[in-house]
Amino acid sequence: MDREPILEIKGLRTSFFTDDGEVPAVDDVSLYVHEGEMLGIVGESGCGKSVTSLSIMGLIPSPPGKIVDGDILYQGNNIVNLPEKKMRAIRGNDIAMIFQEPMTSLNPLFSIGNQLIEAIRTHQNVSKKAAWDKSVEMLKLVGLPRAEELMDDYPHQLSGGMRQRVMIAMAMICEPSVLIADEPTTALDVTIQKQILQLMKELNQKLNTAIIMITHDLGVVAEVCDRVVVMYSGKIVETADIHTLYKDPKHPYTKGLLASIPDLRKKSEKLYSIPGNVPKPGSITEGCRFAPRCEMAFERCFQEDPALYPCSSDEHEVRCFLHAPEEVKP
Amino acid sequence: MSQPAQAKVNQPMKKEKVSSPWRDAWRSFKKNKIALVGTFIVIFFIFIAIFAPLLMPYEPNEQILLDRFEAPSSTHWFGTDDFGRDILSRVIMGARISLMVGFTAVIGSIIVGSLLGVVAGFYGRWIDTIISRIFDIMLAFPSILLAIAIVAILGPDLQNALIAIAIVNVPLFGRLIRSKVLSVKEEEYITAARAIGMSNFRILTHHIIPNSISPVIVQGTLAIATAIIEVAALSFLGLGAQSPDLDWGKMLDDSRAYFVQAPWTMIFPGLAIMLTVLGFNLMGDGLRDAMDPKMKQ
Repeated sequence: MDREPILEIKGLRTSFFTDDGEVPAVDDVSLYVHEGEMLGIVGESGCGKSVTSLSIMGLIPSPPGKIVDGDILYQGNNIVNLPEKKMRAIRGNDIAMIFQEPMTSLNPLFSIGNQLIEAIRTHQNVSKKAAWDKSVEMLKLVGLPRAEELMDDYPHQLSGGMRQRVMIAMAMICEPSVLIADEPTTALDVTIQKQILQLMKELNQKLNTAIIMITHDLGVVAEVCDRVVVMYSGKIVETADIHTLYKDPKHPYTKGLLASIPDLRKKSEKLYSIPGNVPKPGSITEGCRFAPRCEMAFERCFQEDPALYPCSSDEHEVRCFLHAPEEVKP
Repeated sequence: MSQPAQAKVNQPMKKEKVSSPWRDAWRSFKKNKIALVGTFIVIFFIFIAIFAPLLMPYEPNEQILLDRFEAPSSTHWFGTDDFGRDILSRVIMGARISLMVGFTAVIGSIIVGSLLGVVAGFYGRWIDTIISRIFDIMLAFPSILLAIAIVAILGPDLQNALIAIAIVNVPLFGRLIRSKVLSVKEEEYITAARAIGMSNFRILTHHIIPNSISPVIVQGTLAIATAIIEVAALSFLGLGAQSPDLDWGKMLDDSRAYFVQAPWTMIFPGLAIMLTVLGFNLMGDGLRDAMDPKMKQ
């Protein structure tokens, strides 16, 4: 723990202000990622993963959204409420992001080359020629064949997998130190998913970029991540390194998620699923937010909100009374 | 013979096959026969308008009083009017004026309307409320009535008729581009552009405007047709061109009294209006089919 994390979030709280009042989409989230590390953020839809990533980028639509509390430290400097101009200089250059839908993440009216060059020249004062060369080099780096010809192609001429590679190239082109990938493989078919994940792992190792992988798929996390944060309804419920989480999951929600991955080796009648749905943000105000869906829940779970308790290994934390240390137990 | 064929195989589809969305639209437009007919009509009238002085057999205001109300003949193809003026020459001159007024009015309203619409759609909030309510108020009037009111304030002449028609069409384009900007703004590539650190202004000029412009081009073509009719209507009502200026509407107005006696005085300018409007409408419909991504196979 002596290394300084490249990006650290402390007590982040992002809310949306609607007619029904404040709805906290992200509630007291703290996490960090080191240089060259791959962190997975896992959770069902609506658990606050994407809002967390948009908060880091400073791209929360405002109004109605707002970062109410907490710090986001990039290289030790707080970037929350940074003036738009300074934030722009960070976006893409220091922290970049790729999105779920490769089909719609590129402007349909401009060629691939045009958009890559645009991305470079947003941050660097280089000639068109230099930007062109760099773009071709980047396209090659993300494993696209005939890179020079691709520069003249338009997005609709590429397949989903190729477009996602272009998006990765565009995000990595200014060599950011942190890359946020918001469900980068969800819209792709399985074989392409695997290739894209491998590519990201490669880039992570080659360029030493920290990657925050946001996904609902624990399989994706297992494939590439070093550490995992499991989120539920805007809060972190468990965080651990990847091996610990798979070997020894503590939180009933994590256990449920792991149990719901279909195991192809076993022939079972029914796939497991956690009963119920993710509660609407802000609808549960008392007790543990997972309690209504939890098979292990007892009285206290409905009355008090558990804190994140440290477990045996030092980076393993879990938000569950079942694993509370003795002195906290009633 | 085999040499160039070989070369082509070796360099598969380089520059020539690059298909940009604009080029795709052009390709599908070319296949639309009716739209091509419309385009041809439009080009024909534009040609006439540009070369009007060379094409006119007589001076449009030249009065040959001995030849009053002459039926179409080999000397006066379209006949003459009550002052013995050659109708063909007047229709040709009228093409120049009507088209120029139509184009200028529409281009003016596109510029102003798009600017307001983009600002309203992109920045939203109170500025959107103000601009949209102004549009609503303007659209609450029948357009010709509003145009008449504006001309009444400015004074009746052709230039003021043009300004009136431009003003009347502003909310049309403003609303159109506002709604398009609202939807384009939510596209993921806009978020992606923000995420690479692009400034608002650059996002606006490089991503939002180019992606919002196609319905404006279509609507613009159709609006030129409407504008030509509206100018003609204003002139017909005596609020547009004043003698000795002329346009097609003015010609209709001048010959109103002699319709039974000399129908050609009305038929030819009327036909010119009809054909031009038809041409623009056919072309506009074709453009819409070619540019609307939803109608693409």
